[in-house]
Amino acid sequence: MLVINCPFCGPRDEREFDYGGLAKAPRSKVERVASNSEWTAYLLHPGDQGRIADEYWWHARGCGEWVRVRRDTTTHRIEQSEVESDR
Amino acid sequence: MKTRYSFWSLARNALTGHRNWQPAWRQHALKPRYDMVIVGAGGHGLATAYYLASRFGMKRIAVLERGWLGGGNVARNTVTIRSNYLRDESIPFFVRSVKMYEGLSRELNFNLMHSRRTMIDVVQTYPKLRDLTRRMKIMDMYGSHYDRISVAEVRKRIPALTGGQPGSRLPVLAGMVHREAAVNRHDAVAWAYARAADALGVEIHQNTEVTGLTVDKGTGICGVATSRGPVSADSVALAVSGHTFQLARSAGLKLPLQTFNLTAFVSEPVKPIVDVVVNCPDLGVYFSQTAKGELVIGGMPDAGLSYRRDIKQHVFENTVSGLLELFPTFRRLKMLRQWAGHLDITPDGSPIIDRTRIPGLYVTAGWWGGYKAIPAGGLCFAKLIATGEPHTLGAPFSLSRFDSFNYIMETGTTTVV
Repeated sequence: MLVINCPFCGPRDEREFDYGGLAKAPRSKVERVASNSEWTAYLLHPGDQGRIADEYWWHARGCGEWVRVRRDTTTHRIEQSEVESDR
Repeated sequence: MKTRYSFWSLARNALTGHRNWQPAWRQHALKPRYDMVIVGAGGHGLATAYYLASRFGMKRIAVLERGWLGGGNVARNTVTIRSNYLRDESIPFFVRSVKMYEGLSRELNFNLMHSRRTMIDVVQTYPKLRDLTRRMKIMDMYGSHYDRISVAEVRKRIPALTGGQPGSRLPVLAGMVHREAAVNRHDAVAWAYARAADALGVEIHQNTEVTGLTVDKGTGICGVATSRGPVSADSVALAVSGHTFQLARSAGLKLPLQTFNLTAFVSEPVKPIVDVVVNCPDLGVYFSQTAKGELVIGGMPDAGLSYRRDIKQHVFENTVSGLLELFPTFRRLKMLRQWAGHLDITPDGSPIIDRTRIPGLYVTAGWWGGYKAIPAGGLCFAKLIATGEPHTLGAPFSLSRFDSFNYIMETGTTTVV
C-alpha cells in the first residue's frame, strides 16, 4: 500500500485516493498547436512509462485536491508529491 | 521426436523405477546467429516457436528467456479459458483459441489436465446485465455462448453461493452461463509447447536475459544483446508481456502500453465445493477450484503502474470482502499463496499482434488475460512472421489502429471488468 504525501493533509493511506493515470502536459497547451502525429502521440502516450513515473492521484476521500506523484514503479518508493494545479 | 508419452511409456518407466525418463527439452550452447530470435519463453513465445516450426517449417529458431521456462506471466494468471468477449474482432479469435486448447493435449502429446468447466457470471447490477446481454447477442453470431439463468438456477448450480439475498446491498439478479469455459494446468502448457518445439529443432535458452535490441538504421533489426553476449538474427519477436514497453524502447520504439498488476491468490485445498468457474463482475472477484482442491481467486487490477509482481494488502482485502459478501462460508479459508501478474494494457484493452516500423521486429503484447489466447495468439503471430501476411483472426490487432484511434474497446478482457 502506498502512503501518499498530500501537500494539504500530510501522509495518507492510498485508500483515500483515486488513481488518475499518468501525468501529461495540459491539453490546452497541445490541442491548438499540435500536428496530427503530435496529437496522436499526446493521446496515446500520456506520459513516459519509464521506471520512474509521474502520476495523478486524487485525494477523493480527503481534501479533494489532485496531487502529482513521482514514483519508482519497481519499488513503489515515492520521490516527490506536489499539488497539481492543471487538473 | 523423443519418447512419446503414452500408457506404454509410463508402464515401461514405472518398471525401471522412473530412472530412464529423458529431459523434455535439450540444453544448447548459445550460437552467435539464428534466423529467428523469440524473446520470452512464456506461453506466447513458446507457442509462436512451435507454430513457426510445425506449421511453417521455419528453422534455426532460438527462444531466449531471462528466468526459467514458464516462470513469468504464464504462471501468474488464473488459467481461465473462455471466449465471452464483446467485439466482432475479439470473439472469433478467442473461439478459435478455446477450440485449439481442447485439442492441444493430443497435438502436443502432453496431458494439460484440460477441464471444461463452464463459467457462471453472478450478476448483481442492471448495467452489468445489459453489458452481458449485449455480449450474448454478439457472441451468438460467432458460435460462443452465453445463456441467462434465473437466480434459483444460479443457487442450485453454485450451492456455496448463500450471500446476495434479497434485501442485501447487491442482491443477485441473474446468472449468465458460458459453457465453453475451461481451466487447465499452466506449467503443462508451457512445458508441452517447449517439448514439442524442442523436438522440431527450436533451441530454448533459459537464464539468458535480453538486455536490448540491436538495430541498424538502414536495414532494421540485427539481433539482440543478452547477458550471455550478442546474438544476431534476421528477425526478432517480442513476447515479454509487462516488459514490452521497456524492451521496445531500447530500439527507439514507443509502444502504447502501460504495465499494471493483476491480483490473484490461492486458498488451502478443501473438498469439492464448486465445479464451475464463478465470476462476480460487480464485486470484482472470480474463482475456480483446482483438481487439488485449492480455490484460485482473482481480483481487480491494482491502481498505478507497477513492475513489482506482488499485491497490495488493500487490493487483497477488497477482493476478499467482495468474495465473502456472496460466499460467507469462505471466511475460514486460509490463503496459501498470493501473486500479481503483469498486464501491459493498450489504450483499448485489446492486444497487439503486429510487425513494427523497424523491419524484422515483431511484437505480441497487450495481453490482458492472455493465457486463454496462447494457442491462437501463437498461431497468428507465427503466420505473420513466417509469411509476412497477418492471420485473418490476428489482423484486427494491428499497431496502426492506434494511429487512427480505431479502437477495439473490449469489456471482456478480464473476467471482472
